[in-house]
Amino acid sequence: MNTAFFEIIDKPIDVEEVRQKVVSRNAGAITVFIGTVREMTNGKKTLHLEYQAYIPMAIKMFEQIAKEIKERWSDAQVAITHRIGHLTISDIAVVIAVSSPHRKIAYEANEYVIDRIKQIVPIWKKECWEDGTEWIGDQLENVPYPAGAASMNEED
Amino acid sequence: MEILLFAHLQEAIGQPKITVDLPACTVGELKAWMASHYPNVAVQQVMVAVNEEFATDATVIEQEDTIAFIPPISGG
Repeated sequence: MNTAFFEIIDKPIDVEEVRQKVVSRNAGAITVFIGTVREMTNGKKTLHLEYQAYIPMAIKMFEQIAKEIKERWSDAQVAITHRIGHLTISDIAVVIAVSSPHRKIAYEANEYVIDRIKQIVPIWKKECWEDGTEWIGDQLENVPYPAGAASMNEED
Repeated sequence: MEILLFAHLQEAIGQPKITVDLPACTVGELKAWMASHYPNVAVQQVMVAVNEEFATDATVIEQEDTIAFIPPISGG
């Protein structure tokens, strides 16, 4: 089993393996977020997706997010695995596991992680539809750039 | 210096990485250079990472730095 807390892989993600990384005797809760490939977006049918990552920087940004988690919720433990390459409908793109002594923090911290992934982690998806393809960007409608990207310290 | 390209930028330029012969300059100057050499690629609104950290237009780039153009992201 790979014990790195933050991974980017090009194979299917083993959800249980990610969960195991945050198991702790002090934990009273573990939340596991599973992000999957959706078929319909605004009436348009996705056939498959291609994910690409700037891997060394993405891992650094995962570590940055984990640092932010520690600053906010010192007892929380985080593990993240993101998949890249070719994904089809319902495939798992990302798994985030968070453990903490109590459930509220496990929920909050988990949502914080996915929000920050969408702001600062250099991963891109290409939508492949029946009638063409497009690299998707700016999903958060932050213009011109994700708020957290250029000034990662502003949310203190 | 080496410049890494991703997503639509990689497809527009046709390769994942280009090597350019530029003296030390700022990110803003590099963007202007890119705009003049690759007019079909809009880089003005694209974020730049220097050595795997987000940079600003004022960040100074040295020859040995690793530069990456980071188009708007869509992970998760």
